[in-house]
Amino acid sequence: MTATEAGTATTTGTFAPRPGAAPLPRMIRAQAALETRMLLRNGEQLLLTVIIPTLLLVLFSAVDIVDTGAGKAVDFLAPGILALAVMSTAFTGQAIATGFERRYGVLKRLAVSPLPRWGLMTAKTCAVLVTEVLQIALLTAVALALGWSPHGNPLTVLLLLLLGTAAFSGLGLLMAGTLKAEATLAAANLVFLLLLVGGGVIVPLAKFPEAARAVLHLLPISALSDGLREVLGHGASVPWSDLGVLAGWAVLGLGTAAKFFRWE
Amino acid sequence: MRSTSPGSTPRTPGRAPAVEVTGLVKRYGTKTAVDGLDLTVAHGTVTAVLGPNGAGKTTTVETCEGYRRPDDGTVRVLGLDPVADAAALRPRIGVMLQSGGVYAGARAEEMLRHTATLHAHPLDVGMLIDRLGLGSCGRTTYRRLSGGQQQRLALAMAVVGRPELVFLDEPTAGLDPQARHATWDLVRELRADGVSCVLTTHFMDEAEQLADDVAIIDGGRVIAQGSPDELCRGGAENSLRFTGRPGLDLASLLKALPADSSASEPASGVYRVHGKIDPQLLATVASWCAQNGVMPDAIAVERHTLEDVFLELTGKELRA
Repeated sequence: MTATEAGTATTTGTFAPRPGAAPLPRMIRAQAALETRMLLRNGEQLLLTVIIPTLLLVLFSAVDIVDTGAGKAVDFLAPGILALAVMSTAFTGQAIATGFERRYGVLKRLAVSPLPRWGLMTAKTCAVLVTEVLQIALLTAVALALGWSPHGNPLTVLLLLLLGTAAFSGLGLLMAGTLKAEATLAAANLVFLLLLVGGGVIVPLAKFPEAARAVLHLLPISALSDGLREVLGHGASVPWSDLGVLAGWAVLGLGTAAKFFRWE
Repeated sequence: MRSTSPGSTPRTPGRAPAVEVTGLVKRYGTKTAVDGLDLTVAHGTVTAVLGPNGAGKTTTVETCEGYRRPDDGTVRVLGLDPVADAAALRPRIGVMLQSGGVYAGARAEEMLRHTATLHAHPLDVGMLIDRLGLGSCGRTTYRRLSGGQQQRLALAMAVVGRPELVFLDEPTAGLDPQARHATWDLVRELRADGVSCVLTTHFMDEAEQLADDVAIIDGGRVIAQGSPDELCRGGAENSLRFTGRPGLDLASLLKALPADSSASEPASGVYRVHGKIDPQLLATVASWCAQNGVMPDAIAVERHTLEDVFLELTGKELRA
């Protein structure tokens, strides 16, 4: 520490004001890079976004625990696991991270930085998308190694993934912006677990009773895993009903999050 | 007492005030946190905002930072409305929150570099890290920093963008004496370089050391404002204290003193004279002592500190 003599400071010009915001693209790029590093550095997040989906994919492909119907297990599982990966990052991971950022005043401090709020949200979305690209690359490689043979139009797959990300982000931010950080932590993990079991990720919805199935089909995770399975498994053109469900959740989630999100 | 005399940099006459708050009212539900508060911070000065807990300090500062919308009154910061002109104002101010503000998993240096990246002409990050003694913990994540290190990082983040005006909310709470002096030196240097500064504090010596102006807030209003000297001179009376043999004749001493004075022996052999303490009164006391064969040991003018003034204005009882 420099211990300058207590007393009248002399002008050095070091701190002479020269304010100004950095160019917007630079701010958003830096913020997105920081947000991505925070996501990837967090051990619990990695468990949720990388380790659990990979383990589930390998385990259920190799061992015949759940009857996934006709055909190779991996052909049923891979689309569901991709949906799970999207949910783990856009919903669970983002909700928990943002909840604690709100709790620890990170959002409050950023609110007085030159980065506008929409710039922060753009950066957060970029961080989620970068994480998803890494997840999908890894999981696709593992699935291919397990003998997965995907079909379908990649653009339709991309559309499903993006709509799914929008839907889960909205719900995650709604939770993070309204609940206490600890409540968000608990609820986001619980929802993750429930949707993992009841959302057609590894257990086909056909295994559920008729009455439950109608409701389960309306869950965002069901729509995403079913839509991906239609396209990647059967080469379906456009799964409109699934896209419709995802779009509905996206509008609902992002709309209510925008209305009710509290920054402090 | 004060070792510095702020005033080494002349306040720029004719420049608009850095902060101008008029008739500010802020309510939370039925509770009125700020109740018609006026505050002016001259350009290029350090203003300390003092007040008991719950007096409205943080609410006032956070309204200036654009976090809260006034229920009544006007707030102008660098001539701008902190809410309506937030986008224009934000790059020009530096903010140190009372706590937090950093990602738990971010490393100290990483966070400071990131904050610098958001500004067009930031300070040299390495220099700031050295100045604030953060070199040894640059690679430590925020959650593992000590409270004092977290404070210093928050201070560095407030100044790294080369702002015109900084808001420091209790910048030295929880700091050890070395870090406290490093913070004081930095504030003095900011001021010398023309940065305006608003700081809230509970430490009277901090206000005496750093501030050109002190605003004492209580019950959501400014109840006194002035330089530390002005505040210490006005309001509270001073006193003269000396020791001698016990049981001196106070009535005889009072007769020698001016009419509005009083004299007492609060402890055996300790005497205190209250009133307008000036050289004339000192000479009167000394000559009375000479006439009575008393050697006035330890004779001293007891000047009121800012703390005395503060307690006198805001009351001594503890508040919930």
